[in-house]
Amino acid sequence: MTVSAQVTPGSVPPAAFEEQEAIAGRSLGQLAWMRLRRDKGAMTAMITLIVIIALAVFAPLITRMLHIDPLSFDDKAVSQDGGLPIGPFGGMSLAHPLGVEPGTGRDNLARLLYGARVSLFISFSATIITCTIGVLVGIVAGYRRGWVDGALGRFMDIVLAFPLLLVALSMAPVLTQRLQSMGLSGNGGRVLYLILVISIFGWPYLARIVRGQVLSIREREFVESAVSMGAGTSRILFREILPNLWAPILVYATIVMPSYIALEASLSFLGVGVLPPTPTWGAMLADSVRYFVVDPAFLFFPGALLFIVVFAFNSLGDAVRDALDPRTGRV
Amino acid sequence: MSEQEHATSTKARPAGSGAEPLLRVSHLQKHFPITTSGLLRRTIGSVKAVDGISLEVGRSETLGLVGESGCGKSTAGRTMLKLLEPTAGTIEFEGRDITRLNRAQMVPMRRRMQMIFQDPYSSLNPRHTVGSIIGAPYAIQGVNPPGGVKAAVQSLMERVGLNPEHYNRYPNEFSGGQRQRIGIARAIALHPKLIVCDEPVSALDVSIQAQVLNLLEDLQQEFEIAYLFIAHDLSVVRHISDRVAVMYLGHLAEVADADQIYLTPRHPYTLALLSAVPIPDPIKERKRKRILVQGDLPSPSNPPSGCVFRTRCWKAQDICAQQAPQLREMQPGHRVACHFPEEPKPVILSS
Repeated sequence: MTVSAQVTPGSVPPAAFEEQEAIAGRSLGQLAWMRLRRDKGAMTAMITLIVIIALAVFAPLITRMLHIDPLSFDDKAVSQDGGLPIGPFGGMSLAHPLGVEPGTGRDNLARLLYGARVSLFISFSATIITCTIGVLVGIVAGYRRGWVDGALGRFMDIVLAFPLLLVALSMAPVLTQRLQSMGLSGNGGRVLYLILVISIFGWPYLARIVRGQVLSIREREFVESAVSMGAGTSRILFREILPNLWAPILVYATIVMPSYIALEASLSFLGVGVLPPTPTWGAMLADSVRYFVVDPAFLFFPGALLFIVVFAFNSLGDAVRDALDPRTGRV
Repeated sequence: MSEQEHATSTKARPAGSGAEPLLRVSHLQKHFPITTSGLLRRTIGSVKAVDGISLEVGRSETLGLVGESGCGKSTAGRTMLKLLEPTAGTIEFEGRDITRLNRAQMVPMRRRMQMIFQDPYSSLNPRHTVGSIIGAPYAIQGVNPPGGVKAAVQSLMERVGLNPEHYNRYPNEFSGGQRQRIGIARAIALHPKLIVCDEPVSALDVSIQAQVLNLLEDLQQEFEIAYLFIAHDLSVVRHISDRVAVMYLGHLAEVADADQIYLTPRHPYTLALLSAVPIPDPIKERKRKRILVQGDLPSPSNPPSGCVFRTRCWKAQDICAQQAPQLREMQPGHRVACHFPEEPKPVILSS
């Protein structure tokens, strides 16, 4: 996410200018990036996230190299009388580096890697949709003010008044069926359902933040200057105002992303998530609770991974906010 | 940038003579409604920021618009550019009535009328490079300057005294004076005929003010631009203006040639305003007679009846409360809105 701080329009000066000038022009995005790079905690968090995302993306390759598979059962890895993993700490062995699932003997590492794909896909997509809707609604409400702002504000209040978990649980059977009848069978429909539910109830928070920012930005004279040159509304909204909103948007995105991973886990835990046998972190956590007393390692790995990702995203979000705030001092 | 003073007398042009003026504003009003808060907004009054002003700006002329804070001079300038919708009155630009043109219809007109803003910090988008800020008029108006946008922008930067190599820098890397030059370059990019300057130097150091004023004068001669120069600093206005209009509480008090205003002010308010300017000569300064105006500026939502200045005027009589004085021509080119104007005798004030 932080990388996009640099891609504000035209922020990268041509190399020729960099060479000529002793003091090269630096954009606010570049300054923020420099501050971020000095923040060791933020860089650790970012590298961690990049590694996890890479592991998820290359999960098929990695599992093939390690000769593990998320779906195939392994009778030899579990005891025949009760199905507990054989071996130390949840059945760790060369064949199964992070142990196996009790009962089935499915490989934990493979399931975590494949689960990351689903969990991260859902949370990334939901974050992008949330931010897009939130920014659009917030920027329009803040810029137009008047009855548009009033109507959008009341609509946001209504959306926020719904209890997310209850609505998600009660709508799940109907909506997943509807999505199935539209041709999205099985997990495709369920993943889409999770993304939709999370996004639909997530955008008003960002919309409110953005609206508040726009209310103050629209009074700055550069907006009036654009009007005095004859600029249309879309140019004012997306070329003049939007670039000044990157800081709150980025910060919000890095904060909601981990909460969406956790939310996906909760919903999978409650049974409206992805269908078995497809692994997700939430579903693995849900399964592991039953075995906690006899096989704590089965809970430990998905729990630790979820903790690491949430923690890394949160620290990165904090660091991005600090780096984008000009008051934190110059580099 | 030359620091030498441009003598004001040499640039005085006959005001309002000959051909039609570039901008003619008649009985212009801009009222802001005061509404109740809540879901159903009721209008319970209005702030009469501009309440019936009539003035003209000739081609390549500088009309200074002065008045104290809150008198409506900035609102007047913005309404004339249709950045605010006028409540009543007409605005004619180059002989065309633009009062009721909508936003889309105004777009082609905006090539010929521009604005320079007071605050060089908030008037430049901090997320755009200088190149894209100065090039914005081309992008918005769909104009393709000969030689390309970049070349045009860089020659503009050179013209206003900026280093064209700083094309890719951001506004936060420039000083206040340099930022104001960026704003000026943006305003002149499309060679407008009228620029409304809303206190363009009041946020700058005095040493920088002179440079920017001289730049504005040079550009005026080069591109034949007319300025509506809004300011509260009378010495700045005198330096640059051909004619001066004095505004008080949404009304014009006096309009005259710059020299006439300063040498023979006729409106009591103008007199009081000028008497507040210190004289840079200790002996004369000690003899200077200050006119202290009583009381506060009345609320523009509830202006006094008749003459708006009567509540603070030492010459006020009964008629001032009953009848609003019209802007009458006392001498050629010198219009005053007062029932009891001052005698046209020279007053000794600052040079």
